[in-house]
Amino acid sequence: MIDAFHAAAALLILALGIYTTFARETFAATVGFLAYGLLLTVAWVQLRGVDVALTEAAIGGGLTAMLLLRASARLRATEAAASAQRPGVTTRLLAAFVAVSVAGALALAVLALPVPAPTLAPEAAANIATTGVGNPITAVLLAFRAMDTLLEAIVLLFALIGVWSLAPDGMWGGRPGPRHNADPHGILAFIARVLPPIGIVVGIYIFWIGADHPGGKFQGATILAAMWLLTMMAGLTDAPPISRRWLRALLVLGPAVFIGIGVVGAFTAGAFLAWPEDWAKPMILVIEIALMPSLALTLGLMLAGAPERPAQP
Amino acid sequence: MSAALDLFTYVAVGAGALFFLAGTVGLLRFPDTLTRLHALTKADNLGLGLVVLGLLPQVDGVLDGIKLIVIWLLVLLSGADAGQLVARAARGRRPPP
Repeated sequence: MIDAFHAAAALLILALGIYTTFARETFAATVGFLAYGLLLTVAWVQLRGVDVALTEAAIGGGLTAMLLLRASARLRATEAAASAQRPGVTTRLLAAFVAVSVAGALALAVLALPVPAPTLAPEAAANIATTGVGNPITAVLLAFRAMDTLLEAIVLLFALIGVWSLAPDGMWGGRPGPRHNADPHGILAFIARVLPPIGIVVGIYIFWIGADHPGGKFQGATILAAMWLLTMMAGLTDAPPISRRWLRALLVLGPAVFIGIGVVGAFTAGAFLAWPEDWAKPMILVIEIALMPSLALTLGLMLAGAPERPAQP
Repeated sequence: MSAALDLFTYVAVGAGALFFLAGTVGLLRFPDTLTRLHALTKADNLGLGLVVLGLLPQVDGVLDGIKLIVIWLLVLLSGADAGQLVARAARGRRPPP
C-alpha cells in the first residue's frame, strides 16, 4: 500500500518534471514547476527529511516559483514573438545533446555510489552534543559546515545586487517594483491585514524552534518576507528606496556578524569559523539572530524587483 | 471505545477524501472559471475539514489537536481569499453576461 503510494508520487513528480520541460508557454511551465515543488515537499516528508521539506516548500516551491511567475508576467508581451523564432536544427540538437549528457552523467554518478554510501553521519552525530544544539541539521549547518552557510548568505546578497543592477540609471536608489494600487477595501487588503500577524508569529517560531526541531532561519525568513510582500502587493506598505542607509546596513548585518564571529573563532578556537567548546551555542544563536532580518529583507527585496520609481513620488 | 473512535476516523477521513475526489472531478469537468473555483473551494473547505475532524481522535495531546484545527482555519482563510481574487481577476477580463 505504502509502496504503491511512493511509486505513484515518484511517477507524478517525473511526469510533472517532463511537463514543465516540454510546456511551450512560460506561464504553464511555471505553474508546472510550482506543483512540482509542492510534490517534492511531500516526497521529502515521506523520506523523513522535514527540514529539507520545509526549505523546499519555502524556497524551492514558494520563492523560486514566485520569481518565475513575475518573470513570466513580464515576458508575456514578447513571448509570442520569441517562440516564433525557432532556433536552427543544429542548435536544438546541440542543446539536447548537452542536456542529455549532463543528466546521464548525474545518473551515472548516483548509480556508481557504493552501497552503503560513504557517510560521516555517525561521526557528526557523536559530536552534536558539543555544539549545544538539539537539531542535527542546524548543528551541521552552523557548526560543522558553517562555511557553506556563510557563503549561502553572501550569495543571496550578491543575487540581490544582481537584481538591483537591472535598474535604469535614472532610477538607481529608487523604490523597487511598480507601486501596487489594490482596492483598500478589497479582499487583498483584508488578507494583508489578517495574515501578517499570524505569519510573523509562525515565522519567528520556525526560526526559534530550529535549534532543536525542524526549522531555521531560512524558512522563517522566507515566511517573514512573504508577509512583507503581501502588505506591499495590497498597497498597505511601500518598498523602501534602495538608497536608504538603514536598509543597506541591515542587509549586510547578518553576513558581517557571521564573518566577525568567525574571526573571533580564529583567535579563541584556532580556526576561522571554529567555535570554542562552551561558547558554541550562544555564538550560533547570535549568528542566527543577526542573519534572520538580513535574510528576510534580502528575500523580500529580491522578489520586489529592480528599482523602477524615484525615491520621492 | 478506541474501536469506535477508529471507525469514526475511517468514516470522516473517507468522506473528506470523497470531497477531494468530487472537487477534482469538478475542476476537470466544469465549463468555466467560476464553476471550477466553486468545485475547488468546496473540496478545500469541507474535504480538509472532514480529514482534520477524523484525525482529531488520533492525536497525542490537546496541543496537536489545536494545531490541526488552526491549520484547517488557515486553509479556509487563504482558500476563500484566493478563490475571491481569482474570481475577480476572471470576471475583470470579460464583461459580465
